[in-house]
Amino acid sequence: MELAFYLSGLVAILATLRVITHTHPVHALLYLIVSLISVAMVFFALGAPFAGALEIIVYAGAIMVLFVFVVMMLNLGGAAVAQERAWLRPSTWLGPALLAGLLLGVLAFDLWRGGGGRAIAGELLTAKAVGMTLFGPWLIAVELAALLLLAALVTASHVGRLASRDGAGTAPGEER
Amino acid sequence: MIPLTPEVVAVLVAMLQALVILLGAVLLGAVLTVAERRLLGWWQDRYGPNRVGPAGSLQLVADTLKLFFKEDWIPPFADRGLFVMAPAIAMASLLLSFLIIPFTPGWGVADWHIGLLFFLAMAGINVYAVLLGGWSSGNKYALIGAMRASAQTLSYEVFMGLALMGVVAMAGSFNLREIVAAQQGLWFILPQCLGFATFLVAGIAVTHRHPFDQPEAEQELADGYHIEYASMKFGMFFIGEYIGILLVSALIVTLFLGGWLGPWLPPWLWFALKTLVLVMLFILLRAALPRPRYDGVMRFGWKVCLPLTLVNLLVTGAAILLATPT
Repeated sequence: MELAFYLSGLVAILATLRVITHTHPVHALLYLIVSLISVAMVFFALGAPFAGALEIIVYAGAIMVLFVFVVMMLNLGGAAVAQERAWLRPSTWLGPALLAGLLLGVLAFDLWRGGGGRAIAGELLTAKAVGMTLFGPWLIAVELAALLLLAALVTASHVGRLASRDGAGTAPGEER
Repeated sequence: MIPLTPEVVAVLVAMLQALVILLGAVLLGAVLTVAERRLLGWWQDRYGPNRVGPAGSLQLVADTLKLFFKEDWIPPFADRGLFVMAPAIAMASLLLSFLIIPFTPGWGVADWHIGLLFFLAMAGINVYAVLLGGWSSGNKYALIGAMRASAQTLSYEVFMGLALMGVVAMAGSFNLREIVAAQQGLWFILPQCLGFATFLVAGIAVTHRHPFDQPEAEQELADGYHIEYASMKFGMFFIGEYIGILLVSALIVTLFLGGWLGPWLPPWLWFALKTLVLVMLFILLRAALPRPRYDGVMRFGWKVCLPLTLVNLLVTGAAILLATPT
C-alpha cells in the first residue's frame, strides 16, 4: 500500500504542476481532474476508500464538470494562451514560489522530526465508521456546514431571480 | 512453471471470470445494437434489418466489418489528444463499473464494501466522454450536444445518488452482495418503489438514452457530440451506449429486483432473465416516447425527482428508526 500511496502522491503533484504551467485552459482543467483522481487514490491507499470514492463523485464527477462546462462555453482561443504564457514569466512566479518553498521546507522538517510511528497503518475505515464519527462527536460541525450550504443556496436562488426580473430575458418555458 | 496450489487456481479462476464478464459485456452490447433495431422495427410495424443472413442474424457481422473498414478520420480542426481519448473514456468507465456487479453467488469480480459508490464515481467520470468528445470535435453541433449533456448531468446526478440511499439504508451497506442478501424476504422494489422509479429515470439519463438523448438529438443536432467521429471511434461511443444499458439494467436488478434470488431456476438464469426484461424496457421506451425539450428534462429532474427522492429517504429513515428497537 505504501508504494501505491507514493505513486499516486507523485502523480498528484506532477498533475497539479501541469495545471499551473499549462497554457491551454481545457487541458489544464483535465490535469486538475487527474490530480483530483490521484488524491482519491491517495485516500484509497491510506485505507479510507469512502473518502476516496466521495472525492471522485463530488470533485471529479460534479464540480469539475461545471468548470469544464464554463471554460468550454467561453471557448478561449489563442489570446488566452498568449495571456497565460505572459503570466508564466519567472518574474511573476519566482517570488511566491520561493515563499511557498520555504513553507514546504518547514512542513517537511516538521514531518521528518516527528518521523517514525507515522507509517501507513493499512487499517480500513468503513463508511459506517465515517458516518458514526460525523453524526457523533462532529454533529455540530455537520449541522453548521448544512446551514452554510443552505444560505449559499438561498443566495444563489435570490441572485438568479433578480437577474431575470431585470428584463435580461427569461429562459423559454419559464413564464408558465 | 508455477505449481497449481489452491491460491494459484483461485487467482486463475478469478482472472478468467473477469475476462468472461468483460468480453460478455462487450459482445452483448454489440448484439444489442442489432437486437434493438429489430425490435424497434417490430414494434413500429416495419421490418428492420432482415436482409443479411437468415432473418437478419448476420447484420452484426456486416456492421462490424463496415465500421472496421471505414476511414479513421480525425478532423484537422479537432483537438487530437482529447478527440482520441473521449471514446476510450466512454467505454472504459462503463466497462469498469461491471466490476462491482454480483451476477451469481459465485460470479463477480470485486466484492468491495464501497461497491455502489464506485458505480456513482464511474458514472461521474463517464460524463467527460461526452463533454470532451463534443468540445474537441471543434464543431458547433457537437459543442451544443456536450453543453446539453453537462447541464443534464448536473440535474440528474444529485437525485441519482439520493435515490440509491434508501436501498443502502435498508440493507445497511454499500456492498452489492449484502444488498442482494438483504432482499431475501422482499425485493426492494416494493418498499423502495419511489427510489426505483427515480433511479430508473436517472439510469436512462446516464446512458443518454431516449427520452434523455438531447445531447445527440438527431433531428436538431445531427447526432450531437459524436458528429465528427468515424470508424471504430464512433463504434466505441455506439457500443458504449449499449454497454451502459446493460450496466444500468444489471444494477437495477441487483438493487431493486433481488439480483440472482428467485425460486426453481438457477441463479444465473434469474439474473439474466431479469436483466433482459429491463433491457427490453429500455428499448420499448425508445420506441414509445417522444423526446422532451432539454429545459423540460432539467425541470423534471430538479422539481419532481429530487423532492421525490428526499421524501423517500425521509420516510425510509423514519420507518427504519421505528422498526429498530431502541
